[in-house]
Parts: sequence; structure tokens; C-alpha cells
Amino acid sequence: MSEAIVITSGKGGVGKTTSTANIGTYLAMKGYKVALVDTDIGLRNLDVVMGLENRIVYDIVDVVEGQCRLKQALIKDKRFDGLYLLPAAQTRDKSAVTPEQMQKLIGDLKEEFDYILVDCPAGIEQGFRNAIAGADRAIIITTPEVSAVRDADRIIGLLEAAELHNPKLVINRIKMDMVKRGDMMDIEDIIDILAIDLLGVIPDDESIIISSNKGEPIVMDERSLAGQAYKNLVERLLGNNVPLINLDMGNGFMDRLKKLFKLA
Amino acid sequence: MDLFKSFGGKNNSKDIAKERLQLLLVHDRADVSPKFLEMIKEDILNVISNYVDIDEAGLNVEITKEKRSDNTYMPALHANIPIKKMKQVIR
Repeated sequence: MSEAIVITSGKGGVGKTTSTANIGTYLAMKGYKVALVDTDIGLRNLDVVMGLENRIVYDIVDVVEGQCRLKQALIKDKRFDGLYLLPAAQTRDKSAVTPEQMQKLIGDLKEEFDYILVDCPAGIEQGFRNAIAGADRAIIITTPEVSAVRDADRIIGLLEAAELHNPKLVINRIKMDMVKRGDMMDIEDIIDILAIDLLGVIPDDESIIISSNKGEPIVMDERSLAGQAYKNLVERLLGNNVPLINLDMGNGFMDRLKKLFKLA
Repeated sequence: MDLFKSFGGKNNSKDIAKERLQLLLVHDRADVSPKFLEMIKEDILNVISNYVDIDEAGLNVEITKEKRSDNTYMPALHANIPIKKMKQVIR
């Protein structure tokens, strides 16, 4: 049984692309056949986060327009068996693809892959409608900020209207030291407001920037806390009951010392 | 453990964020088109007119937010209907 999952947020810059890359990569590491689909036509980035930008020949618009076969446009990630990327077009705009074409494309991908992860563009216009068109499930990414949570709420409403029910929430870039000081909304605050199920919490982690500098998803880094958080998130996505990891690492001297010796 | 929290009180920026969000979302979630309100207005008018004479020009229907006892906010349909006179026949 294959499944198409759209990763969306409303607001830009909250971590949709990074999340798509990491969820997909870890699913592939676990042995699933995974297609990552970048639907951010005109502003593609999933290729860069995955480190596959130099291997693009054809893109999603070429496929829907029949300029190439689907298999020709899929870039195989040589690091992991079964991981493929369908890149967005960079020199076209959102209207180059219709929701009907997306539905057909996802249907075709389902014949080959276990999971199709659709990276949604920011906004609620045609790009969003394209991205959710063929999806069975939705993951909403937010950060603990008023603007991001507000946009997430709007997206929840729009998904409901599109009959994509029961979306799951990922809270990204949480800083536990700020939460402790009372200067950042906590997990419970956000769940309280949005009233949807939590899929995972990703700590704010410098290693994410380093990993995107290198084009290597953070789940490849065994020592990263954010990488571990993404792995746990994927386990929950697969229906396994994994508790939230303790993000409360602190930043005091002793905490850093413990971190250094990997005690915490 | 949360010794400091109790001193922090309501001045935490997180509490401000949460309260602002709650208010904002009540408004966002209740955001309806003028056409929708016009439809409600017309239907209310039709029903109430059976019982009372209404000053149609003064009729005002809007969606507002109301604070509930548990300190959360909820959208409320607020209708201000000026009555000219009651219809005696039915009363």
C-alpha cells in the first residue's frame, strides 16, 4: 500500500523542505521506496537540501507536459537505495501544473513507490492546491511563533475544506531554554491552540544549517539531536509509539560538558 | 523546580503570544464574506418580521468574539435589531 503525504505550512521558511528531505531520507534508510516531489515551481530548493542539484536534467513540468517519461525525470539518490527526487521546474510558474495533472502524477508514482512525499510551496494559492491534490495525508510544519501558528491554523481549515482530514503537526525549531524562561510557546500551548495531533517536535539545532550547507540530510548525522527527533517522527508516522525525546539539554556549562561526553 | 516561574507571572512573552494568537484565530476562523452575513441578515429579518416591526435600516449583524468563563475566546453572532413595534395580532 503506497501513500502520498504532503508537507505544508502556509508560512514560508518554517522548515517544509528540510522536513521533507529528512522524513524521506530516513524512510529510505529504513528500506522503503521513496519519491520526494518538489512542487515549489519557480523556487525549487529540495534538490539543494538533498545535495542533488547538479544532477537535474528534466523536471516536474517536463513530465506533465510529456517532454520526458517520469522515470527520466526521477533523480536517484546514490547514497540510499530506493530514494528518488522529482525536482520542480525553476524557470516556470505555479500555473504550469494543474491539480488534475498532479493527481495523475501521484497516481503514477504510487505504482513504483511506497511513500511519495510532496514538498508544498508557501502560500495558499495554486501551488498549495497542486501540492495537496493527490495527497492521502498531510503534515503541517510550524514554529513556536505567532505568525507561523496562525498560518498553520489557516492551512488546517483549508485542508479540512479540501477533505484532507486529520493532518498531523510538527513543531520545528523549538528552543527549550527560551521555553523554560517563558519566552517561547511550549508544545502544549501550540497543541492547545491548533487542536490537532502532534507528530513530532524538532529542536532548534545548528547542525541543521551545517547539514544543509553540505547537502546531507540531518538524519545521516548519528550525533544530532534534530536528526534523532526526525527519526522518531518517522517512526510515529509509521504508526510506532515513540515518546518525545528529552529536548531539555540546557546550555549551561555542565550541560555542554555533558553533551561533550554524550551523557545527556 | 518551577520556582522562578511563579515570580514570572503574566509578563512572560509566551503568555502574550498565546493570548494574541487566541484572539487572532477567533477572528480568522470566524472570517466570513459580507455576502454570508447578508444572507443571515435577510433570513433573520424574515423570521422576526412575523412577530415585530423592525427598523430595517438600523439592523446590524456581525460576528464578534466573546470571552468565556475559562478565559478562551469564541466567535459569537451578534445581532442588533431595533424594534419599531410589536405585532399585536399574535401577541
